Amino acid sequence: MTVTDTDQHHNTHEGESHGLSDMGYVKIAVFLAAVTAIEVALSYTQDQLGAAFLPLLLILMGVKFFCVILYFMHLKFDSKLFGLMFYIGMFLAIGCYGVFLLSMHFFSS
Amino acid sequence: MADTAVAPATGHDAHDDHGAHHSSTGLSNNKLAMWMFLGSECLLFGGLISTYMLYRGRHSENLGPDQVWDIPFTSASSFVLLMSSLTMVLAVSSAHRKDDRNTKVWLMVTALLGALFVAGQVYEFTTFYREGLGFTTSLFSSSFYTLTGFHGVHVTVGIIMLTSLVGMIGKNRVPGDKAETVELFGLYWHFVDVVWILIFTLVYLIPA
Amino acid sequence: MAIIERPTDTPAVVSPDAAPAVATPATSYGVFRRPVETTGWKSWLFTIDHKKLGIMYGVVAMAFFVIGGIEALLIRLQLAGPDGTVLSADAYNQMFTMHATTMVFLFVMPMAAAFANYMVPLQIGARDVAFPRINAFGFWTFLFGGLFLNTSWILGGAADGGWFMYAPNSSVAFSPTNGVDFWALGLQITGIASLTGAINLIVTVINMRAPGMSLMKVPIFTWMIMVVQFLLLFAIPVITVALFLLMFQRSFDATFFSVEAGADPLLWQHLFWIFGHPEVYIIVLPAFGIVSEVLPVFSKKPLFGYPLVVFSGAAIGFVGWGVWAHHMFASGLGPISVAVFSVATMAIAIPTGVKIINWVMTMWGGKLKFTVPMLYAVGVIVQFTIGGLSGVTHSVAPSDTQQTDTYYIVAHFHYVIFGGAVLGLFSGLYYWWPKMFGKMLNERMGRWNFWLTIIGMNLTFGPMHVLGLQGQPRRMYVWTENRAGDGFFNIGFWNLIASIGAFVLALGVLLFFVNIYVSHRKGTQKAPLDPWDARSLEWITTSPPKEHNFDRTPTVGHLDEFFHRKYEDRGEGDHHDYHQVATAEEIIAEEEAKGDSHIHLPSPSYWPILLSLALPIMAYGVIYNIWLIVGGAALALLSMYGWGMEPHTAPDDDYDPPAAGTELEVAAHG
Repeated sequence: MTVTDTDQHHNTHEGESHGLSDMGYVKIAVFLAAVTAIEVALSYTQDQLGAAFLPLLLILMGVKFFCVILYFMHLKFDSKLFGLMFYIGMFLAIGCYGVFLLSMHFFSS
Repeated sequence: MADTAVAPATGHDAHDDHGAHHSSTGLSNNKLAMWMFLGSECLLFGGLISTYMLYRGRHSENLGPDQVWDIPFTSASSFVLLMSSLTMVLAVSSAHRKDDRNTKVWLMVTALLGALFVAGQVYEFTTFYREGLGFTTSLFSSSFYTLTGFHGVHVTVGIIMLTSLVGMIGKNRVPGDKAETVELFGLYWHFVDVVWILIFTLVYLIPA
Repeated sequence: MAIIERPTDTPAVVSPDAAPAVATPATSYGVFRRPVETTGWKSWLFTIDHKKLGIMYGVVAMAFFVIGGIEALLIRLQLAGPDGTVLSADAYNQMFTMHATTMVFLFVMPMAAAFANYMVPLQIGARDVAFPRINAFGFWTFLFGGLFLNTSWILGGAADGGWFMYAPNSSVAFSPTNGVDFWALGLQITGIASLTGAINLIVTVINMRAPGMSLMKVPIFTWMIMVVQFLLLFAIPVITVALFLLMFQRSFDATFFSVEAGADPLLWQHLFWIFGHPEVYIIVLPAFGIVSEVLPVFSKKPLFGYPLVVFSGAAIGFVGWGVWAHHMFASGLGPISVAVFSVATMAIAIPTGVKIINWVMTMWGGKLKFTVPMLYAVGVIVQFTIGGLSGVTHSVAPSDTQQTDTYYIVAHFHYVIFGGAVLGLFSGLYYWWPKMFGKMLNERMGRWNFWLTIIGMNLTFGPMHVLGLQGQPRRMYVWTENRAGDGFFNIGFWNLIASIGAFVLALGVLLFFVNIYVSHRKGTQKAPLDPWDARSLEWITTSPPKEHNFDRTPTVGHLDEFFHRKYEDRGEGDHHDYHQVATAEEIIAEEEAKGDSHIHLPSPSYWPILLSLALPIMAYGVIYNIWLIVGGAALALLSMYGWGMEPHTAPDDDYDPPAAGTELEVAAHG
């Protein structure tokens, strides 16, 4: 995440611009590709990783998810109201479907 | 025509003396609507993903995820879709600089990468089908094809919209704010990409 | 019509009849020349005016109300006596399925949409909704979806699995006609209408409020509508998933809900009720909003605890997402799930109770005036409370297990839906009728209408409590004398009472239509501008409002803006002493005199109705022939291109004479 952090500082100095510079976006894309590569690599070593495999993969997925949402979709730079609309949907989805799967004993099987 | 139809977001100081009222929050109506639509889509894909999760283990002995997945291939097509997000964001960036030529180029590249992804998906589906995994073969296959099919339809709709947008920019017939229109298409496209990020990890990489 | 020109140098008094000069487009734009008619059928077909769309929503919803009502009467005729022969078992199944589906999706929801469309822009001082063309698309999609659903009656039989269409009854083996296919696709189409409407109205309320109207000065009805639209926004996609799975199961042989294939039928139940429980609040909250508007007006007091009413409405909306499984207590969820959902369900009674308290406190010490809208509003408080209390008995899981699938459930939700939502909607009809049509509905007849409805509904749904606790199952198509029981609990007696009540109720509703006719006969008086001494913004304009709603965009300083313009507070400190300083006529005349000189309204369009038309064509294609899907998709694509290339408002140079001077647009796209 160091790549993205430096770019964000860079951006705030520009004042009211629309997100990052083109170079910043390229860096994020490289970062995303790298994380994807790590994910794929992990999936081949799951036997060695054991219990750490699942949480690791989910965290990497979350990192990619929020990179796209925050930077490519500008949520980090845009009005909070846009984010609110999206996050309500996201959390309702996680909450409702999570409870649904829980009640179907999905996580315990 | 982009000039006659002043977007509410840009007009909030220009006309105050006439008592007109513009966007109360200063935000664009279109963007707000697009974000709401995407929030709503979360529950659509959430439902499809949960259905898949519930049924992913219900298949015959030799036709489950572990037997049919081709991780290197799917990784490559995931990479293609991920890169289309980059080209999309570059298109938005060009549109904000009012650089029509580059906007069109990047949008076209995005559409092509999207098409490549869909082609990959068609190839994957036909391979699975030849191996005996039809839509109705098992609960696993039905829910898998439904989930990825819905995603594929979203990508396809996106490709149609992107190519149409390129044409409209070329003929200078985009109603309203051009940069904002490109940005809205971008939001949709990135969302579709984000859904694939989830699907790739949850469906392909995590074993059933 | 899109531009209104007003002579800028003569801001003198404008008489009500003298409309401002209207400019019409001279050249075409897009593929076709844009429709410009302001009268005649074309002005309705291609309109994007939220008021015309609101009226059309209302008319269509009322037509479906009559259809759903006739279905209910047939059900009650069948059950009036032992061994009923009015309907066959098969027809009876179709009847109750379509009765529920029609009433929920084609009457209550669109009727609320009618008020939302008509009143929300007026209440927030806007000239239209944020996306007028999407608004038109929503209406036509709803209409075509509803018609599509009902064509199943003549195409082999309607859906017959009950309104929540549980598996396995929804599968081809148990429902071999195309009824369930029509049901799934029809609801899919009306779902699109609801979703687009939801986005549209939320953006409207967030972004198009009059200057000075902060969120806590938004009229309560608009607030409740906004909560409802959020529920729709996030609930519709869930039912969309469920309906798609059902369609794939029935049309393409998938086995998502077939136990024999190893599937879990509870998947459908979960998806349906994750949608279905927010849906309950989607149905009832608009009525709560109407009641909260009507009570203060006829109590001559501001709404008691406005912020509490707003927050409890939002709380109901939020907690409503966490209680869906209380519809499934009898399905073997497991003790932990049942306990959790039971507690959550009891919790949701709290914000609902807060609302009831607020209403009662609004009336407390007020100068009550029992007009017909007020009677209906009080009716809601009383009847809904009864339904709410029987609802609390369901939240206790052991008791619910007794009551599941009995008439007790039927009694409960009719008290909630009819006693809450429908009475509230009628309150709104009587209250806003003079605003929408410029004529008062006859009060005397309205009273008959009200009392017959109230007596009818209690006669119909009251006995169902007894029937249910006696064990009469829901959806039972026939009962026999020798198993009817004895004495007070003889189900034959109570079934007969319920059936008689249904006809009393029907008579009451019929009187409403007679009332419309009587009130609009030649020679009836025009309604005064402010017949009820109302409080909110929609009354600061003529009745019915002009196409551009307000001559001047109002500036808002108070929650009850209109009231505060009419009355001045001469009290000191906490003591209020209101004196009338202006009449409605004076206030509206002043607004007219200072009207905006150049109003830019969005233009009508052909594309919304064409795009909507493509949807049922594709749906017929799914059932009958794949080429219909292709044709429908082609029409949809064509319409989208037409729509996409058409600016929301025809540009100025399209007009003859060209509009001069600076721009002044409604902030509206679509």
